[in-house]
Amino acid sequence: MWARAVWLAFRAPAGGRRGLTAKAGPQGSVRITAEMIEHLERLALVDFGSQEAVARLEKAIAFADRLGAVDTDGVEPMESVLEDRCLYLRSDNVIEGNCAEEVLQNSHRVVEEYFVAPPGNISLPKLDEQERFSHS
Amino acid sequence: MLGRTLREVSAALKQGQITPTELCQKCLSLIKKTKFLNAYITVSEEVALKQAEESEKRYKQGHSLGDLDGIPVAVKDNFSTAGIETTCASNMLKGYVPPYNATVVQKLLDQGALLMGKTNLDEFAMGALGSDTGGSTRNPAAHCGLVGLKPSYGLVSRHGLIPLVNSMDVPGILTRCVDDAAIVLGVLAGHDPKDSTTIQDPVKPFMLSSLTDVSKLCVGIPKEYLTPELSSEIRSLWSKAANLFESEGAKVIEVSLPHTSYSIVCYHVLCTSEVASNMARFDGLEYGHRCDIDVSTEAMYAATRREGFNDVVRGRILSGNFFLLKENYENYFVKAQKVRRLIANDFVNVFNSGVDVLLTPTTLSEAVPYTEFIKEDNRTRSAQDDIFTQAVNMAGLPAVSVPTALSHQGLPIGLQFIGRAFCDQQLLTVAKWFEKQVQFPVIQIQELMDNCSSVFENEKLASVSLKQ
Repeated sequence: MWARAVWLAFRAPAGGRRGLTAKAGPQGSVRITAEMIEHLERLALVDFGSQEAVARLEKAIAFADRLGAVDTDGVEPMESVLEDRCLYLRSDNVIEGNCAEEVLQNSHRVVEEYFVAPPGNISLPKLDEQERFSHS
Repeated sequence: MLGRTLREVSAALKQGQITPTELCQKCLSLIKKTKFLNAYITVSEEVALKQAEESEKRYKQGHSLGDLDGIPVAVKDNFSTAGIETTCASNMLKGYVPPYNATVVQKLLDQGALLMGKTNLDEFAMGALGSDTGGSTRNPAAHCGLVGLKPSYGLVSRHGLIPLVNSMDVPGILTRCVDDAAIVLGVLAGHDPKDSTTIQDPVKPFMLSSLTDVSKLCVGIPKEYLTPELSSEIRSLWSKAANLFESEGAKVIEVSLPHTSYSIVCYHVLCTSEVASNMARFDGLEYGHRCDIDVSTEAMYAATRREGFNDVVRGRILSGNFFLLKENYENYFVKAQKVRRLIANDFVNVFNSGVDVLLTPTTLSEAVPYTEFIKEDNRTRSAQDDIFTQAVNMAGLPAVSVPTALSHQGLPIGLQFIGRAFCDQQLLTVAKWFEKQVQFPVIQIQELMDNCSSVFENEKLASVSLKQ
């Protein structure tokens, strides 16, 4: 296994010469469309807030694109450094609980033993181009 | 007393030279005097004094709990502390009071330590000083002349540590000397049933032996860490350190970690992705900030999160969501996971070739002035500063920054040792030997306070030179 890894390593381009903090070149400059902005804001439930934030994401993507230069043929994704070990599982016995009061005490809105949320199943309104970033 | 090592203070407490209450009060007084540094978000004065009282009783009865009994400690504000506000320096958790202690906090308290307060951090530990995840124990340690230890991933429980990147986060330990770090590690390490990512192997507290003979040691110098951005001063110190080991009989060899240059990019993708997931829990319903909007759940979540998170946090959440999109998942997230394996394997290969420990710089330069620091945006800053510390988190290895020398400007510089997985004791043994060789000057707190008392009174931030 490690011999193959070494072989792969030698095949990877020698990016080291450039210095570890080489700025992102002009290759593959990404443009984020308005559709993508809306899509991401909906998924993340966090807004960009400004054009600068969009530009930052574009730079972040360009930066991430550098990974494409690495040869990862036959390499398995690594999820955890402890992948060779058995995950510890507790036995399925109830040993603690009955702490509803503690769990509820940090919420702003509680009715009896319920957390209270506003009504669901209502999509966020679509914003047109002018409205976007107006609250930045 | 405030400048001594843990062992020295512990001995003084046992011998009755000072009481826990006196020590606690001295500490509180210094905290008050240095308030302008904004190091503490919350000072838990009452709690600490009460704990001091209990510790004093134990000492009087001759039943002290151990080396940490009566010792003042501070905990970064992303560790949950029961009954004490825990904010992660974010609006999102302003006013949040956890009903439980993080496991590592509990362990410290069980040993009688005095909790002085919760220390400041970048919001959700996402600053350029890294996170507990990219070097934020080792980088500040290097800049401040302290020992900063990142234990092996899986050795110390993350239960109660508000997570940034679950597969890389590790509680870090900051102390004045290597021995102290070993003592604290001995207290904190071990399996926690509440954190299934802790290993189940039994762990015992250990006493660091004093190495006298390094002739059997093999030290590796990763050539990719010799980068043009490294300050000439640090490069020279690094070289001197390597020579020191060699002159004392150790084998010092150049090694290669070929994927080093991809480590920051890889981290960037994995971190933002995990963050996007970990920050999803902050919706204003069960805890934390909640805005007033009542129109719909989605509108409330969105507004709460806009108010609660700063730009850096929101930026990372958005980036992470981008990389996790169905159309991007393979090319970014999975690709980064593959590159992570290559990076981890680089280390495995090096350690398999007979190297015991790696010696590298911790930072590119000494601490830069604040005005300089805020010029770059966060990602650029992270990319630059975490260069030597980051790959270690990807591989889950133990690493420690040891104060080595003062720069020409009188600011501390540290060097980093990286060890094999779960060989934290061996790593610290080597670090201790090195610490003894370099004799880094101990900070004279009283002298510093006396010389700068006018500065402190004016509450102006000044760069203080430690030059003697």
